[in-house]
Amino acid sequence: MQIFTCPFCGPRNETEFHFAGELGKIRPATAEKITAQEWASYLYTQRNEKGRVQEVWMHLTCSELFVMERDSVSMQVLDTRSLREDAQ
Amino acid sequence: MTSHRTSLGALIDRSQPLSFSFDGRQYQGYKGDTLASALLANGVRVMGRSFKYHRPRGPWGAWVDDPNAIMTVTLNGRSFPNCAATTTPLVDGMQARAVNAWPSAAFDIKSGLDLFHRWLSAGFYYKTFMWPDWHLFEPMIRKMAGLGGISRDVLEDYSADQLYEQCDVLVIGGGAAGLAAARAAAEAGKQVVLVDDHPALGGGLYQMHEVESVAAVDWIAEQVRAITSAGGRILSATTAFGVYDHQLVGLAESGPFGTPPRLHRMRARQIILATGALDRPITFAGNDRPGVMSVDGACEYLARYGVLVGQKVALISNNSLADAAERLLTDAGAQILRLDPHVGALRTVGGKKLRGISQGALRHDVDTVLASGGMTPLVHLWRHAGGKLLWCETRQAFLPGTAPDGMVAIGAANGAFDLEVSLSEARAAGVGRNPGVSTTSYTLAPLWPKPGSKGRQWIDFQHDVTLKDVELAARENYVSVEHLKRYTTLGMASDQGKTSNMAGLAAMAAVQGRPLPEVGTTTFRPPFVPMPLEMYHGQHGKQLWHPLKRLALEPQHRGADAALGEYGGWLRPGWYGKGEAKDLIRQEVLTARASAGIMDASPLGKIEVMGPDAEAFVNFIYYNTIKTLKPGHIRYGFMLTEGGIVMDDGVIARLDQNRFVISCSSSHVDSVRTHLEAWRQDGNDPDRIFIHDLTQQWATLTITGPKARDILSALSLDVDLSATAFPHMSLREARFDDTPLRIARVSFTGDLSYELSIRRAKAPALWDAVMRSGAAQGAAPIGIEALSILRAEKGYIMIGKDTDGETMPHDLGFGIPRLKKTAPFIGDRSLHNDKANGALRKSLVGLVVPSGTAPLPTGAHLVEGTPPRSLGYVTSSYDSPTLGRPVALGLVENGTARIGETITVHHLGESRTATISAPCAFDPEGERLHA
Repeated sequence: MQIFTCPFCGPRNETEFHFAGELGKIRPATAEKITAQEWASYLYTQRNEKGRVQEVWMHLTCSELFVMERDSVSMQVLDTRSLREDAQ
Repeated sequence: MTSHRTSLGALIDRSQPLSFSFDGRQYQGYKGDTLASALLANGVRVMGRSFKYHRPRGPWGAWVDDPNAIMTVTLNGRSFPNCAATTTPLVDGMQARAVNAWPSAAFDIKSGLDLFHRWLSAGFYYKTFMWPDWHLFEPMIRKMAGLGGISRDVLEDYSADQLYEQCDVLVIGGGAAGLAAARAAAEAGKQVVLVDDHPALGGGLYQMHEVESVAAVDWIAEQVRAITSAGGRILSATTAFGVYDHQLVGLAESGPFGTPPRLHRMRARQIILATGALDRPITFAGNDRPGVMSVDGACEYLARYGVLVGQKVALISNNSLADAAERLLTDAGAQILRLDPHVGALRTVGGKKLRGISQGALRHDVDTVLASGGMTPLVHLWRHAGGKLLWCETRQAFLPGTAPDGMVAIGAANGAFDLEVSLSEARAAGVGRNPGVSTTSYTLAPLWPKPGSKGRQWIDFQHDVTLKDVELAARENYVSVEHLKRYTTLGMASDQGKTSNMAGLAAMAAVQGRPLPEVGTTTFRPPFVPMPLEMYHGQHGKQLWHPLKRLALEPQHRGADAALGEYGGWLRPGWYGKGEAKDLIRQEVLTARASAGIMDASPLGKIEVMGPDAEAFVNFIYYNTIKTLKPGHIRYGFMLTEGGIVMDDGVIARLDQNRFVISCSSSHVDSVRTHLEAWRQDGNDPDRIFIHDLTQQWATLTITGPKARDILSALSLDVDLSATAFPHMSLREARFDDTPLRIARVSFTGDLSYELSIRRAKAPALWDAVMRSGAAQGAAPIGIEALSILRAEKGYIMIGKDTDGETMPHDLGFGIPRLKKTAPFIGDRSLHNDKANGALRKSLVGLVVPSGTAPLPTGAHLVEGTPPRSLGYVTSSYDSPTLGRPVALGLVENGTARIGETITVHHLGESRTATISAPCAFDPEGERLHA
């Protein structure tokens, strides 16, 4: 069981967290015409990188989304920060 | 009978004799014995049978490195299969029976199988039982092979404690290195936990007379005293069975026999691995015969249990550690014959009983053969944590290489087989220094299996994998170690290769002429030793796993004889009254249709969405257009996933310009709230939208039925209830008992209904008032079961019951927003992909059965053609008290276009017919709804 650090609550067991998505995924503007490929890519294509990854997670007990940088090979957590801080 | 017991010393208590039986015969041992040591003391050597050939088996090792002596142990009427005799502490009254042997290990009727060994080579089953079908033979083979049978009895109170803990330094292994490291760390001010799987700490030290000029037992006691007085904690009889992510170590603490181990989930900032090393077997002809044991095992039996395993002993070793063993055994009275395994081919002589050993033309009469092919450091936990291994040519063993985070290996586990080296490594690691690769005085002459040599030479004792099987696997190109393992089952015995892996890898390396390190090892996986599943499960069930949500009105429901049950995570009334549930539910439905039903609907979601961007937000969240909803009004709608699949349905009310209440399904509140939060924070300005889940703060009572208005008017609320002033799908805010009350006119039954929501603390007062005025109208409380029928009569769906993972809103008859809504919403684009536009989508329909027939089974398939093809299935089915006939809902391919068609319903081999209809079977014009 891994330990993730919620930027608001501190280090907690991974069972308290929920993966939301890879960082940087933008929802296509669906008011415009979106091709099936574009939409499928948004829904299903993941970068799934080896090594350093940036992801968005939710800490379920406080419901806050945050950005987590971690190593997908060593499982080391490199950094966590709130989503707002990341946007700025 | 205690012919093998020494008169003095060891850790057993000779003043406490214990009686036990093995395969029906009575024996005596002492407190401190294991089952295996007590049997050896009694001269019993055959303690089991091998898995495949049913060859007689005696213990090879004295602890976890024994694959042979496996028993079903009964104590106080409770039986536990597959206990390793070498690690099971003896308890008075134990009845042990060898597994895989009948009537006894000594005389097993299936031992004749061994005669057929030529035909039972690796892959035999796969090759032989191909035709006509493996499954035909499987039950018989499974019965013949395998270990202990499971008891069918339920063990009461067999529940594992689970603890979550942390420490600065976790030392695994309580031998010389572990004790020294734990002491150094504790004295340096660290919070230390030391674990050892033996009941008595000390590892192999009991084989020594002195440690650092002190008697070994005194040295151990001194370390224990120092560790505890420095604040360290010691867990004996505790196995570190696995290392997981971020330095989480699983510790299984054994209790008395017959209790499950207590699981400690220990999070350690640093882990010091002092797990020691094991003797590995030598591969020679007949090396599986009872009486062939490991050198270290024999020394442990002597030092810990006062058991001298033999009198005339051949000691075969390729390494320098044998000298100390020879001295120890000689001092205890054994006659030792040293044989050099390199000078000629070895072969044991005898049957079930070992009579001697021959080397070349020479035969030696001995009663015991002790063998050591070198030491193998226990690096399992190192590998669990992701540490690398490094081949050491000097030691002919894999040693810990690049370290995983926060872990260091010391002592024999790190190849330090000299006590002084081991202790200095330990003291360095205890204060945080990395000892690196240790120096050693240990020498050995490499000794590995020789392919092509004669005789049946065992590599895996329990699973009967011989050198020839490895050679065969290589010939058939199963050369990768992982393939070798699975093809031959090498290393898949209950000791998980602790005794067999190195010989197996070496044999494969030799067959292929490759260096051993190039062949590599198989993956080390937790658990280190077998663990009962109960340990992982523990108290993780029922209330402790998923606490029930409780209604404010639970006492009132109990007072009304409610049958309370779990529905969607809430404890709520299924129905009321004493008697046949079916009749009571039926009566509740009839009452609700004739007068009114009063229902506790508190679990319904009440999630408030507020703020200047709330309108745009809910309009985006919902499939339906919400921005046109006027304050005081309510709209029914769906939330979709981005894949366009219906995730939840329910109503949304607008309280004012910037305030909405989402009334999602009772069992979806948590997932809907998370869904809303995720979209609020990602893609929106979270300072302009606020989400507040008040589901548990508000209680809700529903009055549904033709008399609902009369019942509500009796409460004298200052609200005009007339159909024109307060129409269906609108909301009024009033006061009851000086408290805000929300009245929503919505319906899940098809009848006039009001949902009254009030602060939780005021729920009892509201309940009393509604029940009183309801009684005057002939109304009665109804449970969730009656509601399920009422809504099905009307064709109202339950998400997840009447929909599945492919259902889109247009499949449910709600196709307009898909075509007309211009603003973006979640899942919008998915509603126009090829799949969504497909002609053969399953859509919601009603199903009518011929009069006088029984309701359709839920889940029954609706089929067509020969052979029949499933077009869909029945999702809800009830006997409708209102209509006096069964009603059913289903999802059927192209269902809407098939209304009026008769279709075959197939279930468990039986076929019936039903006619497809519109989903709504009751009041399709909605006169009652709008009354």
